[in-house]
Amino acid sequence: MNGFDLNYFIEIIPSILKALPITLSVGLSAMVLGFILGLVITLLRKLDNPVLNPIIDLYVSFFRGTPLMVQLFIFFFGLPQIIPFIAKLNAFEASIIVMTINASAYISEVVRAAIDAVDKGQMEAALAVGMSKTRALERIVLPQALKVAVPPLGNTFISLIQGTAITFMLGLQDIMGLTKMKAAASYRFLEAFLAVGLIYWLLTLVATMINKRLEWRLSKGGAL
Amino acid sequence: MLKIENLFKSYGDNEVLKGINFQVNKGEIVTIIGPSGSGKSTLLRSINFLEDANAGTLNIDDLHIDMATPSRKDMMKARRKAAMVFQNYNLFKNKTALENISEGLIISLNMKKKEADQISRGLLKQVGLAEFEDSMPSQLSGGQQQRVGIARAMALKPNVILFDEPTSALDPELVGEVLQVIKDLAKEDITMIIVTHEMEFAKEVADRVIFMDQGIIAHEGKPDEVFDKMDNKRLQSFLRKVG
Repeated sequence: MNGFDLNYFIEIIPSILKALPITLSVGLSAMVLGFILGLVITLLRKLDNPVLNPIIDLYVSFFRGTPLMVQLFIFFFGLPQIIPFIAKLNAFEASIIVMTINASAYISEVVRAAIDAVDKGQMEAALAVGMSKTRALERIVLPQALKVAVPPLGNTFISLIQGTAITFMLGLQDIMGLTKMKAAASYRFLEAFLAVGLIYWLLTLVATMINKRLEWRLSKGGAL
Repeated sequence: MLKIENLFKSYGDNEVLKGINFQVNKGEIVTIIGPSGSGKSTLLRSINFLEDANAGTLNIDDLHIDMATPSRKDMMKARRKAAMVFQNYNLFKNKTALENISEGLIISLNMKKKEADQISRGLLKQVGLAEFEDSMPSQLSGGQQQRVGIARAMALKPNVILFDEPTSALDPELVGEVLQVIKDLAKEDITMIIVTHEMEFAKEVADRVIFMDQGIIAHEGKPDEVFDKMDNKRLQSFLRKVG
């Protein structure tokens, strides 16, 4: 049981890939839902409500300031003590919820920076033609901001996909969870973890490529 | 038609408008000249509620607004009555030339797209850009962008068009085409307030010239009175510098 077993390394890759749909659905769901929630947070902040803003700041600060793993543990193992309903959620649902909230905090900051990057003359011109602030945001400012936000959102997505690796701590059978089981059963730790590392790496490369293409298309003047 | 009374505006300790009173009649063309920092642009932007005034009242058409505490509705109404042409054009960068003009009609005036497009095409033609309707702002020269900006302002059929240094950001060779469009408009009995550094133009196009200095209206009168009468030292030294 020493040395590197190349055959085992090659054989284990397809069996790990069986769990890829779990990893991808957690990552993609958190990205899409986190984007929507992040956008809502940004727009709520734009209202400059004196009660709402400190709450939003606290939310963003907490979820960016604590490790994702800690957030998962608080939610999945801690909160059922006071909110029994959460105990009924399975690891998959809990992972999506926590990762969505976590992503929304990061995404709200990305979108906020992107809105700030849009020339303030754009908002002024929209107001000057008689639009309300909301309509001006929706029709003029946000479409331009989202263009600016695409590269950093791509990075957020990559962090999310890699972040899904720790959901196995809740017992989720994602690619990491499955790999750990297989490694424990075969004692081939190096081969198994190297294989799953390779899969994460490829996922990141594919995500980067898609993001680059999207960026390129937007730079050609295309709209979102 | 448009009347401003006791308009005050400060940025912190810096008082930029110190009690402005002025009035513009229907069909009148008023040019505002003066040194940088004299408050010309701030005055114009206050009329469009792009600056928060500290005090003052605005009467425009049938609207009467306390400028220190304008309601959202009043601001939107006032903006539909007074259209703005910006120094940096501020065309919507995510919209084509045509959409830049039709957007306000569709969104603010709830016009049908077909009707809005038709009006917008007519205006593009009027400013000499009929063949550019599908161009994005980034594909147009500064002069072309500003002409679209003027068409966008006209589309709303405002009571008055406010021009905030419409040629200041342009390369010298592009200034002429924009001034020509404004001169053509002047013949159409459209009310205009124009902040400008183009003295020849200010003199030629205006029914009345206002000279602003250090936050007040220092001098006001018919173009030849303001430009030729030698009775205001600040004005004369300003005119010598820019002339």
